[in-house]
Amino acid sequence: MAEIVLDGITKRYPDGSVAVHDFNLTVADGEFVILVGPSGCGKSTTLNMIAGLEDITAGTLRIGGQVVNDRAPKDRDIAMVFQSYALYPHMSVRQNMGFALRLARTDKAVIARKVEEAARILDLTEHLDRKPANLSGGQRQRVAMGRAIVRAPKAFLMDEPLSNLDAKLRVQMRTQISRLQRRLGTTTVYVTHDQVEAMTLGDRVVVMRGGLVQQIGAPQELYDRPVNLFVAGFIGSPGMNLLNATVEQDTLRTALGDLAMADPVRRRLARAGAPRRVIVGIRPEHFEDAALLERPHGGRTATVDVEVLESVGSDVYVHFTAEGEALTPGALEEFAAERKDTGAGARGREVVARIGTATRAVEGGPLELWIDTDRLHVFDPDSGANLTLPEG
Amino acid sequence: MTSRRTRTLTGWGAVNLLVVLYALLPVWWIAALSFKDPGTLGDGAFVPRQWTLANYRGIFRTSEFTRALVNSIGIAVIATTIAVVLGTMAAYAVARLRFPGKRLLIGLSLLIAMFPPISLVSPLFDIERLLGLFDTWPGLIIPYTTFSLPLAIYTLSAFFREIPWDLEKAAKVDGATPAQAFRLVIAPLAAPGVFTTGILVFVFCWNDFLFAISLTSTTAARTVPAAIAFFTGSSQFEQPTGSIAAAAVVITVPIVVFVLLFQRRIVAGLTAGAVKG
Repeated sequence: MAEIVLDGITKRYPDGSVAVHDFNLTVADGEFVILVGPSGCGKSTTLNMIAGLEDITAGTLRIGGQVVNDRAPKDRDIAMVFQSYALYPHMSVRQNMGFALRLARTDKAVIARKVEEAARILDLTEHLDRKPANLSGGQRQRVAMGRAIVRAPKAFLMDEPLSNLDAKLRVQMRTQISRLQRRLGTTTVYVTHDQVEAMTLGDRVVVMRGGLVQQIGAPQELYDRPVNLFVAGFIGSPGMNLLNATVEQDTLRTALGDLAMADPVRRRLARAGAPRRVIVGIRPEHFEDAALLERPHGGRTATVDVEVLESVGSDVYVHFTAEGEALTPGALEEFAAERKDTGAGARGREVVARIGTATRAVEGGPLELWIDTDRLHVFDPDSGANLTLPEG
Repeated sequence: MTSRRTRTLTGWGAVNLLVVLYALLPVWWIAALSFKDPGTLGDGAFVPRQWTLANYRGIFRTSEFTRALVNSIGIAVIATTIAVVLGTMAAYAVARLRFPGKRLLIGLSLLIAMFPPISLVSPLFDIERLLGLFDTWPGLIIPYTTFSLPLAIYTLSAFFREIPWDLEKAAKVDGATPAQAFRLVIAPLAAPGVFTTGILVFVFCWNDFLFAISLTSTTAARTVPAAIAFFTGSSQFEQPTGSIAAAAVVITVPIVVFVLLFQRRIVAGLTAGAVKG
C-alpha cells in the first residue's frame, strides 16, 4: 500500500509525437483513481508508465515515497489487470494466480494458502485446476483479478478490465471491484473509456484528452462543475445539450428562445469578459414538462416539436431539434467528432430532455418544456472554457 | 437434402482419394521396387511377385551407405539445431522489438532464400577448398544453416506474432526478468512453432542433393542423397535400381516417423484462452 505521485510526467515518442504531456497527480494511499477519456487520450500510456512497461520521457514518478522512474516493472511491486486479461494459457488457474509468488520464491505452502484464499474471495475455488481456455469470460476476468490480489502489492493498475464483458456482467463486476478495493484498501489506478464506470467507481476521476489532463475531481464535481466543453460533454449520459447563443445584455438568445441569465451567471460572464457568441450547455434533467410543474419557479418555457419519446421506466427522454444554425466551427467541431466515438450522445442541434413519466407528450406533437435557467453552463466557443464556474 | 449431402460427401471423397493416390503412387512404386528381386525388377508389377529383402541387405552390407546415413543424421541434426536456435532469437527480435534496420534484415534474409543455390555452388566449392572445409561436416552444416535460416525466421516470427504481447507484459509486472518471461511464458507457447520450424529445416537438410554432391568427395561427409548417386550394381552391366529404391525407402522412413511423432505438438490453438475468446 502506498501513495503514487506523478510529477510532470511526459511521454514523447521518438517520432516526436507527445502521448502524455505534463501529468501531475497524487494518488493517496488507498485511493481509487480513474483515468478516463476517449481512445488515444494517453490514459493507457500513463498507466503503462506507472507500471514501468513504458519509459517516462520527463518528470518523476514516486511510489511509496521512492522514485521508481528507472526501475523495472518487477521492482515496483505493483500488480496489473489487463484488458485482454493476459492469462498464461499453458498454466492452470492455480499456477496463473501463484506465478508472481513463485517468481518471488515464496514458500510453496504459503503460495497454496494465498491462492486458495484469493480463489475463495473471487469464487474460483472449484476452477483452480482448469486452464484459462476452459473458462468463461467472467471467470477469466476474475482470474486476472486474482492474480493481482494474491500478491498484496503496493498498488493495483487496471487497464479497462471490464470492457470485454457483456453489459450485465460488467455491472456486476463493477460492484465487485469496488467492494474488493474497499476491503483490501489498496491504492488503485483504473483506466476506462466508459464514463459510467468512471463516475460509479472512482473516489476521484481524471479526465484526459489528447495527452492533456482536462480536469481532476470527484465524480459529482466533474458533473456539476465541468471546467470546459470537453468534460461537460464527456461526463454524463445522455450528454449535455450544447446550443449556440448570443449574449444580449441580460439574456442569452438561443434556438430555444431568450434565456434570462441568473444574476451570479451574469456577473461571472461580465467578469470573464465573455464574447458575444457563446455556447450554452443544458443537462437533460434540467428540462421538465411544464405541465407537470405546479408553478414554474424561475426559468422559462419553450414549445418544441417532439420527435422521439423514449421511456426508460423511471424517466422519459424527449428528443427534438432546436431551430437555428448548427454549432459554430472551431474547437467545438473537433470536439463533436470526438464525442461521436465515445458514444456519449447529443450532436449539434439535437436536444435531449429528461422529464417525468407523468407527461402527456406524444411523438410528433408539441410540448411545452420548462428550462431551469439557474443551472445553465456557458462556454467560450474558442477555448471551450466554462465561463460560469464559481471563482476559486 | 440428405441425398444432396451424401452426394457432396461422395464428391469430396472421390477428389481426396484421387489426390492421395496421385501423391502416394510414386512412393508405393519405390517401395514395391525395393522389395523386388533383380529378376523381376523390370516386370512393371505394382505388387512384387517375389518378395525379397536382398536389396536392403545389400545396401547395409558395405559401409558406403551406413556411413552416409550417419553423415546425413549428424549434419541434419546439427544444422537444424543451429538454425532453430538462431532463428528463434532472430524471429523474437523481429516480432517484438523495434530496431533500426529491421526491414533491411528481413529483406536480406528473404534475398538469401530467393537466391538460386545452383549459382552459389561453384564459388562455395572454391571457398570451401581454400578454407579446408571441403568434404567435411561443417562444410555442409554452414550452407544448410544459411539457407534454412530465412525459412526459420519467417515461420517463427509468425508464431511469435501470434503470442499476445500482453502476456509478456503481465509476466514482467508479475516480477519476471526478461529471461524468466521468455523461458516460463513465451517459450512454452512458442514450442509448436519451434517444432514445426525444426521439422521443415530438418527435411530441407535431409533431402538436399545439390550441396551434398558438390561439396563432398569422399564418404567423410557424403550424405545419403549424394551417396545414392554413387551406387553401383553388382556388375557394371547391372543397374542399381533395387538398391536405390531400398535406400530411398530407408531415408524416407525417419522423416515420416519424425513428422508423425511431433504432429500432435504442431497443433495450433495452444494460445487459446490467453486473451478474450
